[in-house]
Amino acid sequence: MSDVIATERLTKYYGTRCVVNGLNLRVQSGGVYGLLGRNGAGKSTTIRMLLGMAHPTYGRAEILGHDVTRLPPEVRGRIAYLAEGHPLFGWMTVGQAIRFIRAFHPQHWNQNLLDQVLEHFELPLGKKIRRLSNGQRAHVALALAIAPDPDLLILDDPTIGLDTVARREFLVSLIHVIQREGRTILFSSHILSDVERMADRIGILVDGVLRVDCPTDHFKETVRKVVLQFGGTPPAFPGCEGLVNAAVDGRRLELLIVDFGLAQQEIIESLSPLSWDVLDLNLEDAFIEYTRGSRPPLFATADSGPPNGVTASREEGRRHEE
Amino acid sequence: MEFRLEASSRLPIYRQIVQQVRQGAARGQLKPGEQLPSVRELSRILVVNPNTIARAYVELEREGILNNQPGRGVFVAEPRAQLAKEVRRRRLIELVDKFLTEAVHLGFSEAEVQRLVAARSEQFQWEPSRLETRS
Repeated sequence: MSDVIATERLTKYYGTRCVVNGLNLRVQSGGVYGLLGRNGAGKSTTIRMLLGMAHPTYGRAEILGHDVTRLPPEVRGRIAYLAEGHPLFGWMTVGQAIRFIRAFHPQHWNQNLLDQVLEHFELPLGKKIRRLSNGQRAHVALALAIAPDPDLLILDDPTIGLDTVARREFLVSLIHVIQREGRTILFSSHILSDVERMADRIGILVDGVLRVDCPTDHFKETVRKVVLQFGGTPPAFPGCEGLVNAAVDGRRLELLIVDFGLAQQEIIESLSPLSWDVLDLNLEDAFIEYTRGSRPPLFATADSGPPNGVTASREEGRRHEE
Repeated sequence: MEFRLEASSRLPIYRQIVQQVRQGAARGQLKPGEQLPSVRELSRILVVNPNTIARAYVELEREGILNNQPGRGVFVAEPRAQLAKEVRRRRLIELVDKFLTEAVHLGFSEAEVQRLVAARSEQFQWEPSRLETRS
């Protein structure tokens, strides 16, 4: 199988701030890749670079075998992009929006597929886009994106701003798209359980670095929480293979690690903790662990010590937000 | 049979499906010859990537629990003894030991565990032993 997306040390600085750091991402033909990350982790910037909308500071990226900085129009026509928030012209009706987008795709237009989605979700052609609910607008945007029968579909956090019901319905739509074989999909999300349902492969971006890149099942089966107990403030964690997150909680250092094994064990023991434990965790736990980052505890306990170091890292985190 | 996915489960989705089919067959909720939804149907019902469903079905077929008949569909297989007697015995002993270890650590007495096993056992559909007839 060939790679539809391949990046090599793809890096983006905004001023002195590194938003995407040495990204080596590969998405295979026909695969569904879920790119997970918190706000500001670098998901949107990565996607914008893949589409040639932002220029990499270093490194390079190829889509469908072409360098993204020189994508020929006919290759661009085979890529569909669903921007965050599903921007469409609010003053158009659904029918007008369809005619508008269709005019850009004289060669490929699958009206049948489009009609199926519109019918399934009972989207009236005569209704103004701005009068649709967020969920309805998301369906229209997805239907318009897939109507030209693209080889590659890139969705930037498509379920953001949708309530639980609308989110689930959007995923139903997406399943419909996935079932049409041969199409490659890259979607970003901040919801781990959505990624689990949709994606064959999962990538987790933390502060611009791709910390996890493996089959979704493998991630779920091998993600572990490791808790190290210290006599005082824990030392800074030097990092290890598969590390998703490291957080200090008082005298505890909590690590989230994929594929925990001997190599990681050695690094942990080199810190000489009083004790350490490996815990299994479910996907929701993993998500909470992962999203919580290095925040000071909500209620400081007597033994938690001065939170100075932790506060500094929170400042760091805020600066990373886009 | 109704499939249910638990977001809070530690098991990957394909494992949850494998487990539910396995359990359904063991409890008699799934009868031999009964048809299961196709990969595409179940993918839509559960809102899950079809590859995940396919993976679960392939695994269940490998275990001899399902029978995929191309063009016709996926069916619950007739129970058959695929593994030699000794292999099956060893596998069961491994599971029993794991279960008993857990029971000891949870602080149950031997009598309590035996009563519990007998009670739960009634929920299942048993067949005459297939161990004696083979190998």
